[in-house]
Amino acid sequence: MLTYTLRRLLFAIPTLLVISFIIFALLDLSPGDPTANLPMTIPPEVREKIRESLGLGQPFHIRYLLWMQQFFINEPLNLLEKWTGWTIGDGNRLRVISWQTRSPVVDLIVQRLPQTLWVVGLAYLIGVLIAIPLGVISAYRQYSWIDQFATLFSMIGFSVPTFFTGLALIVIFSVKLQWLPTIYDTNLRVTDAHTFWLQIKQMIMPVSVLALYNAAQISRYMRAAMLDNLSQDYVRTARAKGMSERSVLLVHVLRNSLIPVVTVIALGVPTIFGGAIITEQIFRVNGLGQLLISGIQSADMPLVQTLTFIFAVLIVFFNLIADVLYGILDPRIRYD
Amino acid sequence: MTDAAAPTVASGIDTPEHSLWSDVWYQFRHHRGAMAGVVIFALIVLLVIAGPWIWNTDPTYIDVKARNAWPSFAHPMGTDNIGRDIFAQVIQGGRVSLLVGFTAMLISLLVGTLVGVLAGYYRRLDGILMRVTDLFLALPLLPLLLVVIMLFRDTLRAAFGPETGIFLLIVFIIGITSWMNTARIVRGDVLGIKEREFVVAAKSVGTPSRRIILRHILPNVLSPIMVSATLGIANAIITESALSFLGLGFPSDFPTWGRLLFDGANFMTLTPARVIWPGLAISMTVLSINFIGDGLRDALDPRIRGR
Repeated sequence: MLTYTLRRLLFAIPTLLVISFIIFALLDLSPGDPTANLPMTIPPEVREKIRESLGLGQPFHIRYLLWMQQFFINEPLNLLEKWTGWTIGDGNRLRVISWQTRSPVVDLIVQRLPQTLWVVGLAYLIGVLIAIPLGVISAYRQYSWIDQFATLFSMIGFSVPTFFTGLALIVIFSVKLQWLPTIYDTNLRVTDAHTFWLQIKQMIMPVSVLALYNAAQISRYMRAAMLDNLSQDYVRTARAKGMSERSVLLVHVLRNSLIPVVTVIALGVPTIFGGAIITEQIFRVNGLGQLLISGIQSADMPLVQTLTFIFAVLIVFFNLIADVLYGILDPRIRYD
Repeated sequence: MTDAAAPTVASGIDTPEHSLWSDVWYQFRHHRGAMAGVVIFALIVLLVIAGPWIWNTDPTYIDVKARNAWPSFAHPMGTDNIGRDIFAQVIQGGRVSLLVGFTAMLISLLVGTLVGVLAGYYRRLDGILMRVTDLFLALPLLPLLLVVIMLFRDTLRAAFGPETGIFLLIVFIIGITSWMNTARIVRGDVLGIKEREFVVAAKSVGTPSRRIILRHILPNVLSPIMVSATLGIANAIITESALSFLGLGFPSDFPTWGRLLFDGANFMTLTPARVIWPGLAISMTVLSINFIGDGLRDALDPRIRGR
């Protein structure tokens, strides 16, 4: 298992290098000029200086290597220093600077991360918590009304786009009933029961939109995995031994069915960070997704490059975790 | 040709005709969700195609006096903030949305099948093609789609005109980023079929690879391709409307359902109908297509068929 993990890790390196090159090259083709929004009165030579100060004077491969160095060496060292309080080297490293805000990109990401993790992460968690029992019940009572209902629910869940469910919820609960706020207020500090209630109120809609979407997807996998296992011989054996139906279902079948589902859940984790772009946009949650959109709209190349690459790293990383988990959980699928 | 109906060679055994497709159709007809999906999808397509004849209001006609109107007989879905008829716009937007979905699906199917068949059939290409597939699967697609649109929108609009340019761009990038699942499924099936006797037999009489692929392998992987085709349309429609919804898809003078939703979102306190109808149109289309795909998958799966 260890050699397999190491081999996969080694394979991940060229993949990530290629992806980083694709992302960097794609964005570098950008016809957008970062100085285009500056006042017209700036003389051309000053404009050229500004471009150089943004790091645009260098040829492509130098900028690519520089960005790689900043991304893989400078920024992790900085984070390490911040968390541990150590001083490594002289601390005077070149950082990835956002063109739009002139502050380091990683600082922006660190600022935005908690909102995304709270809203989208919680939604993912709730989605999983709904999906597993739903999948178990609808497989156990296949073709019953509850299975039909769960099928319809999951069909609707992944057919109706989140930007429509979100807007529909806003129309119903904010516009008509005026129960919930439409805009997520990030400045809210939870200090007492009242602010806690406000926090809950503003999280209900974005969380439920995303939870519905996630539950719909995962419950299908759960149902399919349960159905696969329910018809296996070991289930008949367990029943024949006289085990209670409860322990057959919840111990034997559920544990075996969870193996593929756990990997599906692991594969979905990167979407927590990147896939909720639309939901964050609807409810004005200023998380990572909104940071990316604002970066794209203002042609803030370093920000978009870094953020997109972080998403790619997460996808590759969680793919790896899913594969390794599969091997650990299911001894039949050891790769070595 | 009068003798076209001449009796076929009598086999001696009197069996009712059971072709594969009649079995599939029989199974498909008994999938209630799929049949409902077919009916609803057909209705939507019909309405969108024949719509301009039924409801001949110009979607771009500006009726300033009737702006922000609620649904009435003159405007069944109300009007927008400059007085354009929403119903006419939904019909117009549907044409673009469905066309985008269909064309993008074709591109993705073409690429996916090509990659899948080549990787499955030619061992030499397998490694490299599957690496490429994995690479595409590891790309964060939505951010990249947004970035690509932002970068190339103006160039393409200048080259092909504002409407064709953005259409080509969106269709192409959706197609080119959604073929991976088709490729994987097709490759898996081809790997299995390649070793079957009829392919080995064809190979042994010296059939060239191109003919083996076209005559023997492709017809046998048709069913997963059909299922991914339906799912591909749904996926493309959702992706296009997501892009338009983020303001990086079609411009508002050339609306799609997603763009209508995006434009309507700012006015949803005033005229909620502007959000409800385009959103409902997207949802119903995608839902019906997904149900069709579900039914198709059941009908084409020989393990389930006939149960």
